[in-house]
Amino acid sequence: MYAFDVTRPKTVAEAVAALAGDEAQALGGGQTLIPTLKQRLASPATLVSLTAIDEMKGVCADGGTLTIGGGTTHATVAAEASAYPALAALAANIGDPAVRSRGTIGGSLANNDPSACYPSAALASGATIVTNNREIAADDYFQGLFTTALNEGEIITAVKFPVPEKANYQKFVQPASRFSLVGVFVAKYADGVRVAVTGASENGVFRWTEAEAALSANFSADAVEGLTASADGLINDLHGDAEYRAHLIKVMTKRAVAAAK
Amino acid sequence: MTKVTMTVNGKSVSGEVEGRTLLVDFLRDAQRLTGTHVGCDTSQCGACTVHVDGLQVKSCTMFALEADGATVTTIEGMGNADGTMSALQASFQEHHGLQCGFCTPGMIMAASSLLKVNPKPTEAEIRHHLEGNICRCTGYHNIVKAIMAASGQDVSAIAAE
Amino acid sequence: MPKDHGIGASPKRREDVRFLTGKGQYTDDINLHGQTYVHFLRSDVAHGIIKSIDTSDAENMPGVVRIFTGADFEGVGGLPCGWQVTDRHGQPMQEPGHPVLARGKVRHVGDPIAAIVAETKEQARDAAEAIGLDIEELPAVVDMVSALAPDAPKVHDELTSNLCYDWGFVEENKAAVDEAFEKAAHVTTLELINNRLVANPMEPRVAVGDYNQANDESTLYTTSQNPHVIRLLMGAFVLGIPEHKLRVVAPDVGGGFGTKIFHYAEEAFVTFASRQIRRPVKWTSTRSEAFMSDAHGRDHKTKIELALDADNNFMAIRTDTYANMGAYLSTFAPSVPTWLHGTLMAGNYKTPLIYVNVKAVFTNTVPVDAYRGAGRPEATFQLERLVDKAARELGVDPIALRRQNFITQFPYATPVAVEYDTGDYIATMDRMEEIMDISGFEARRKASEAKGKWRGLGVNCYIEACGIAPSNLVGQLGARAGLYDAATVRVNATGSISVMVGAHSHGQGHETTFPQVIAEMIGIDESQVDIVHGDSSKIPFGMGTYGSRSLAVCGSAMVRAAEKVIRKAKKIAAHLLEASEADIELKDGKFSVAGTDKECAWGDVTLAAYVPHNYPLEDIEPGLEETAFYDPANFTYPSGAYACEVEVDPETGKVTIEKFAAADDFGNVVNPMIVEGQVHGGIAQGIGQALLEAAVYDENGQLQSASYMDYAMPRADDVPFYIVDHSCCTPCTHNPLGVKGCGEAGAIGSPPAVVNAVIDALASGGKNVPHIDMPLTPHRVWKAINQ
Repeated sequence: MYAFDVTRPKTVAEAVAALAGDEAQALGGGQTLIPTLKQRLASPATLVSLTAIDEMKGVCADGGTLTIGGGTTHATVAAEASAYPALAALAANIGDPAVRSRGTIGGSLANNDPSACYPSAALASGATIVTNNREIAADDYFQGLFTTALNEGEIITAVKFPVPEKANYQKFVQPASRFSLVGVFVAKYADGVRVAVTGASENGVFRWTEAEAALSANFSADAVEGLTASADGLINDLHGDAEYRAHLIKVMTKRAVAAAK
Repeated sequence: MTKVTMTVNGKSVSGEVEGRTLLVDFLRDAQRLTGTHVGCDTSQCGACTVHVDGLQVKSCTMFALEADGATVTTIEGMGNADGTMSALQASFQEHHGLQCGFCTPGMIMAASSLLKVNPKPTEAEIRHHLEGNICRCTGYHNIVKAIMAASGQDVSAIAAE
Repeated sequence: MPKDHGIGASPKRREDVRFLTGKGQYTDDINLHGQTYVHFLRSDVAHGIIKSIDTSDAENMPGVVRIFTGADFEGVGGLPCGWQVTDRHGQPMQEPGHPVLARGKVRHVGDPIAAIVAETKEQARDAAEAIGLDIEELPAVVDMVSALAPDAPKVHDELTSNLCYDWGFVEENKAAVDEAFEKAAHVTTLELINNRLVANPMEPRVAVGDYNQANDESTLYTTSQNPHVIRLLMGAFVLGIPEHKLRVVAPDVGGGFGTKIFHYAEEAFVTFASRQIRRPVKWTSTRSEAFMSDAHGRDHKTKIELALDADNNFMAIRTDTYANMGAYLSTFAPSVPTWLHGTLMAGNYKTPLIYVNVKAVFTNTVPVDAYRGAGRPEATFQLERLVDKAARELGVDPIALRRQNFITQFPYATPVAVEYDTGDYIATMDRMEEIMDISGFEARRKASEAKGKWRGLGVNCYIEACGIAPSNLVGQLGARAGLYDAATVRVNATGSISVMVGAHSHGQGHETTFPQVIAEMIGIDESQVDIVHGDSSKIPFGMGTYGSRSLAVCGSAMVRAAEKVIRKAKKIAAHLLEASEADIELKDGKFSVAGTDKECAWGDVTLAAYVPHNYPLEDIEPGLEETAFYDPANFTYPSGAYACEVEVDPETGKVTIEKFAAADDFGNVVNPMIVEGQVHGGIAQGIGQALLEAAVYDENGQLQSASYMDYAMPRADDVPFYIVDHSCCTPCTHNPLGVKGCGEAGAIGSPPAVVNAVIDALASGGKNVPHIDMPLTPHRVWKAINQ
């Protein structure tokens, strides 16, 4: 790693101030950023650790909305998001137990790794990304590979999930990294079904709108049977070509629908 | 350099660290607690697993500064007060749950973390919990068996015909 | 009733306490006063000409002690190759030089170009970035077949081509083999790839060089399976340091699997640099570095054919293999696809005619050498896949076809130069069928079908040649070293025993098992016996641990040394008991005179040996310490039958191992618990090869699977509990313990079982797929289903 300072602000305001410094970068749980730093692929002057900010932690269900602090770890979401069981189950299967002890929802969404789990939940749920100075709808938030609507120095303080009637996440893992080769989050709301796909696209998480339409009309695995996910723009790599990923999108969607609770 | 202070295996320790000093380096180099190992640089093998404030973490994927004020437990702190091995450690020996020993500290830390929240885990739960701990020697058979036995389950029939 | 001590018992491992409490002493745990750290600047291109290296800025960076490049190694030897293969035409293989640091050209991604020695690791790495490097990139050769095209770029300009050797075995049989194929009633042909693997012991390699100017001695602490081999190779061939001025220590080593046999550039570098700068120099590999600097394994491309007569008897086998050597010849690389592969091509079958051709090829990839099994998994995989394919083509039961062709008479001289001393392949097959509950398979298949899954059963046999190796034989075959081993049994005055052994334990549990043997021979408690290993200054000149040789070869040396000790002790006892030496018996740690009640204790005799007041000094020397070197008369031939049941998810192609059974014949077993553990680990590595692992290069010679993000290591939830059994026992006929070796069996026997099972599962789903290359990832299986 290159040399850098690490600061640990106690409040969002302090963190925002620290991030205004030269070459400052936010550090969530560090489960992706630290390995990146080890490869010397990033050279911040200061890392602003968000892990000591208590106001960014916690899970709170209120009415039909589940609000999760941006600094909440996957383990905490897994344990406390019982109001949204599909989301709790997703969190319980991110990485491994040690990753879940440190990794945070805000860190995952800010990084927007194309194979991460959380972006699919946020997009399929039509979640709202709350930052230190605004609220961003999930549909506007994800802008491609490792790219989001966040501005420089902007911090995800919370994520608000409308709790669906039914939902499920199906992850088909890449055998080495155990990230999703294809992950599909299906959420059924009173006004329709949303389907978000992670792991598959060169542009990161996306909605499979054909499936959403079919499932909104008929929420059953059979409704997807006649559809074909397009292989255009899907990832081709060692672990699967675009055609295979397209196929898995459909299989995982069917399974998510069948398992939705 | 910044001063950090933390409680490691029950003792308060402090030292000067850089921002980039990983917790594992602080433990191995400054504290000479070399039982915590480094087996990869992509945060996957789990040989460096320790407990920070009671939670299982990879000490290679956390800065020492982030553990300032924390309570850290390493493999050296896992034995009984009288210096003997804990039931979990003894079970690994009893059931041959280790060969070269390099991944073993991480396995013990991960397994003890599981048993804290799930005192009688099933085979599948154990295998799932060990997702972040790679062993190249044992084929996991005797690790899983040792953890089941340590939780008081009868393992005599495992993989019998 | 299982034994509770001695040979055949399973005492708890004594090494475990230190490993379980964090008290192990691995090489990276060693830190010396005044130590410096080296970082290697490695090539990021697969092939190129080094136009210039400018270290001037880097030399002025904070903490930099000295920067070395290839030019600093003028007059220093290159890394030697320990085996010379002779080709089909009687010519020696092409053997290029292998400099410690690259000179002139870089030949694979990871080839070390410069070494920066600094006060801290990070300073060394910082300075590496300040080195000005001008490399003219050349086209890389990656694919073995195209590497042999006449216009292919040459990895080594001084060689005539990228062909290391074209080996034919047994060349004299070639015409007869071809003729048998002409006459065959049926010929089964299979083309396959034995996937390139990275051994990945969990402890990355580490080397610490420490030069002591006061006595002109160098010490190398290194993660090695064989400290004396490293001392010999590095001292004699690379650095020119005589043995008595060079000490090599391999302390606790976190797994080896073959990849820590070899002598590596980093070891030579830290030893050399420490002499230059007069300070200790330490190198700790990162896992990322390991992927591009540890020797890889396997990587064969093979076409194999089987000729059968009208009654399904095997008539002949013919096989053509391309074997990847990588960019340089690693220590034992040339022997792996030849003498460790071709000689095993008979397998468990009485095939009268066999011809093996191997073309070893240089490519711009990391060197390839022995990995758990080394040549024997490649032989077993192609043969056992081929037999399975033949059974499928002929519509016969694959187990029955195997049984029909089994070798049943021993000793058996194969047409590929080795003689199996003993074995019982029917017995292991019977036992496998029993423990696997083969008869219940059909019901299990139906149960899977009801869940929408396709279930398959795969079986295979294996034979391996281990206990490496008879020196006179391997010398004729091109080995540049003897492959005996050595042990010293030092009895102390009070009767406790230290045994210094040439074998090295890096997970095998020698500290527990070797004392079991000595304790049994003398009849004393195991706690009275310790072994010493891993330090060339303390142990006799032994060749280390690989090829399932520790107990069969070094253990035999230990038995021979202990026999000498006992013979001498009996003489002393005869004197003390005033009896004839011929009448002295040793049992349960007591010497007695046959037919009398006169006896004395082991400790009385050992004390007399060191306090020789009442002692036949005119006949025998005081003291009780003996050394033996043991050179095996033959290889040992463990064998077995393995079975695997898988479920395939036809929608995703994902394969799940549902059941796995291994019935092995290891001859006599000293510690069943440890033997079973070795088999478990081998099976997991075999399952890894079959389903998960692959070192994949792109056409530019960049390793695509260069970390655990892309190289899939088996995890706990990838594997089941294994059913293992070693109750079939035909003891080895030519070593004193009757042992054969168990370390590699699992890795040799399991890949074909897994692949055969997947092919069977696909067939049960109505998809007749002749073959899928390993690893059988979900993607590949799904493609095979949907072809």
